[in-house]
Amino acid sequence: MRESAVSYNRLPAAELYPILGIMRPSDLLHPRPEGLYCPPGDFFIDPVRPVNRALITHGHSDHARSGHRSVLATRQTLDIMGLRYGENFAGATQAAQLGETIALNGISVSFHPAGHVLGSAQIAVEHQGTRIVASGDYKRQRDATCAPFEPIQCDVFITEATFGLPVFRHPPDTEEIARLLKSAAQFPERSHLVGAYALGKAQRVMRLLRDAGYDRPLYIHGALAKLSEYYQSQGIDLGQLEPATVESGGKDDFTGAIVVGPPSAFADRWARRFPDPISCFASGWMRIRQRAKQGGVELPLIISDHADWDELTATIRETGAEEIWVTHGREEALVRWCELEGIAARPLHLVGYEDEGD
Amino acid sequence: MNRFAELLDRLVLTPSRNGKLTLLTDYFRAVEDPDRGLALAAITGDLHIAAVKPAMLRMLVTERMDPVLFGYSYDYVGDLAETVSLVWPQTPGNLPNREPTLGEVVARLQAASRSDGPKVLAGLLDSAGTSARFAIIKLVTGGLRIGVSARLAKQALADFGKVEVAEIEELWHGLSPPYTALFAWLEGKAEKPRNTALALFRPVMLSNPLSEGDLEKLDPADYAAEWKWDGIRVQAVAEGGIRRLYSRTGDDVSGAFPDLADAMHFSATLDGELLVGDPRQATGTFSDLQQRLNRKTVTPKMQQQYPAFMRCYDLLQVGGEDLRALSFRERRGRLEAFVGTLDPSRFDISPFVDFTDWQTLEELRRVPPHPIIEGVMLKRWDSAYVAGRPKGPWFKWKRDPHTVDAVLMYAQRGHGKRSSFYSDYTFGVWTGAEGEEELVPVGKAYFGFTDAELKQIDKYVRDNTIERFGPVRSVRADRDNGLVLEVAFEGLNRSTRHKSGVAMRFPRISRLRWDKPANEADRIETLQALLDR
Repeated sequence: MRESAVSYNRLPAAELYPILGIMRPSDLLHPRPEGLYCPPGDFFIDPVRPVNRALITHGHSDHARSGHRSVLATRQTLDIMGLRYGENFAGATQAAQLGETIALNGISVSFHPAGHVLGSAQIAVEHQGTRIVASGDYKRQRDATCAPFEPIQCDVFITEATFGLPVFRHPPDTEEIARLLKSAAQFPERSHLVGAYALGKAQRVMRLLRDAGYDRPLYIHGALAKLSEYYQSQGIDLGQLEPATVESGGKDDFTGAIVVGPPSAFADRWARRFPDPISCFASGWMRIRQRAKQGGVELPLIISDHADWDELTATIRETGAEEIWVTHGREEALVRWCELEGIAARPLHLVGYEDEGD
Repeated sequence: MNRFAELLDRLVLTPSRNGKLTLLTDYFRAVEDPDRGLALAAITGDLHIAAVKPAMLRMLVTERMDPVLFGYSYDYVGDLAETVSLVWPQTPGNLPNREPTLGEVVARLQAASRSDGPKVLAGLLDSAGTSARFAIIKLVTGGLRIGVSARLAKQALADFGKVEVAEIEELWHGLSPPYTALFAWLEGKAEKPRNTALALFRPVMLSNPLSEGDLEKLDPADYAAEWKWDGIRVQAVAEGGIRRLYSRTGDDVSGAFPDLADAMHFSATLDGELLVGDPRQATGTFSDLQQRLNRKTVTPKMQQQYPAFMRCYDLLQVGGEDLRALSFRERRGRLEAFVGTLDPSRFDISPFVDFTDWQTLEELRRVPPHPIIEGVMLKRWDSAYVAGRPKGPWFKWKRDPHTVDAVLMYAQRGHGKRSSFYSDYTFGVWTGAEGEEELVPVGKAYFGFTDAELKQIDKYVRDNTIERFGPVRSVRADRDNGLVLEVAFEGLNRSTRHKSGVAMRFPRISRLRWDKPANEADRIETLQALLDR
């Protein structure tokens, strides 16, 4: 079915589903206020409110919330949730092995790497010959801090659209890190403050610095400490990390230093301990100059954990899906692209995800 | 091309002057000829490439991609050049082995005829990466808008070659892109370029502000005093039929003042102040002068209504004779004789202010005879004309600034060292009928306070925020609450751009009035009264 059909909408007409004895995709998964729901399996994917059973793609707080009765996620995502919310973040937890199929009320569920952050996974849901892949957030750029995305053949592919506009094309991350190192050499009397989200981006930036040969200690904001330690415990070498606290040194000790912290901290009084800092921000949004300018960013680093336009469109093709559901972000452009390509697509209006997060 | 593109990207986001200078000098050091010289020309506005209209750019891109997707993209980004640079389709197999250099890009653009211009541009965009595409589009659409003045670029050249910026300014108008001889000299690989061009700029002599205690050490008999006119300092140079008016930083401003340039029937270099009006009758105010500023072209009507003239201060050179080494007294004598031969509706002399002791001069300074006078100048009778700002021979003694008590309304986060401080303040004064007073913003200031005061204001802003818009906070300011700032400023212009109808010149915070209730701050009428004086 996946290869042969040529028509515009390759799924059978809606009224044929009951006759053919297969499920309509929307019977298998559809949006509810709590999140994406699977009625026959009675579970939610990345629910934004506490539910009975939640399947979670990755540890970012808008996808992974506390208070569910039971959570199924990868071991690393569960660990990360534990670090963020405390050990009792859910009534019960179950670790999903990547690639292993689990039956939930007769529905087959499997987790596959999404390449977004450590532990991130796409979730494939299959029943009566219909397979839907909820990819969560994903990217295709190589990232030494997590397993690479695996395209999964499916009937319906649910894609994010955070950077779903043709203007978003992320350059190679090594080039961006080279610009940071060049600036650090050009302005040795100043410190470089790199804003990066605490889970994933921060560790990726640190690892990229190490891979580029930077071997001085990296100073980190307290909000990054536990997660970075966890990454190190998972075998991701980030080198020597020092707390960027005043106790660890006076202003002079941060001369020439690279400091990594959550972006919000740099507008805060916390940042005053650094000598004449150059504010850097590692984010896909930095592609747009006005964004950098408004935020007072002097050195934008276009490093994203989300797929850019070319990755989104290439991935849609690779999955072979006949129907695309587009969620959080700029749905209209991606839906338009699918139309031009003759692929059925519609926006999936899920609420509660921050499309700003990168 | 990539290095130039990267330089543009960094410059536009780097607020500090020193940071910009570092970026520029590093670029001059790292990049070879002719690229660095072409980059310099692009920054100083001396690179001439036939312009491509925005509509053409839009057409080129929508031939290559879905117009609906382009529309979504443009709506989101807001800037045409940037949108096109980002969405331009890349065909990986099509890319050359290397990207074109700035020199190659400029050569191809300059060689393009009007009709094949768009095709050449498209070809260049096909061969470049994202950043380089942006730089190419900026080159062809004109106006880099990177916050670097020609003056700053020249300072960077001076830093790069470890020479005085005056030397660069003096050479500048005899040079042309890609400035190979200039770079060779700055790198110590060649002699200083000999300037053979006519009507060159001579670096101007500047004064120091008079500080506390200076006067006690000075003998009134050693100094001449002149009014300090608040026009535009200019240098008028005419030589071998070439006539040029330069700003004090050596920018050629002749085009904006053709009426004055046409009256330069002489062979000499004059230093003076450009003002408007007829010097025999009345000198125009700063508001009148403003009508002639920042205009690319000037209508005959404008020239008639606000004629430009020059009030001369000094004579640097006449008929090939350099007078700069003479004393001010001698030069002044020559100046008086010389100006006497010129069109009196276009040239006059800045008169001396008679005084015998500092007390008399102080009294005169307080009540200048014309609103466009901003103080007095003191010049040593024996001073030679020296480029730059030597300490001692010339002083400026400014009129005391105006002050107004205003209420803090908005605060914006600063940059660099100040990125964690709310350090840029918008302030307002009261307007409206009694019982219905409201604040109207009248200006913005980001200096004048000490580091300790900055911390206090920052805390006040954080504690009294009522709304946030990105890096800007709106601060509680009403009849009963608000921080009163005493703001000093040099003058006031009428403004149609501001709601208040006024724009301050050189505003700064002179005092924090923690003691003063917000409702006792000044009203807009106080400022309006200043306008009409």
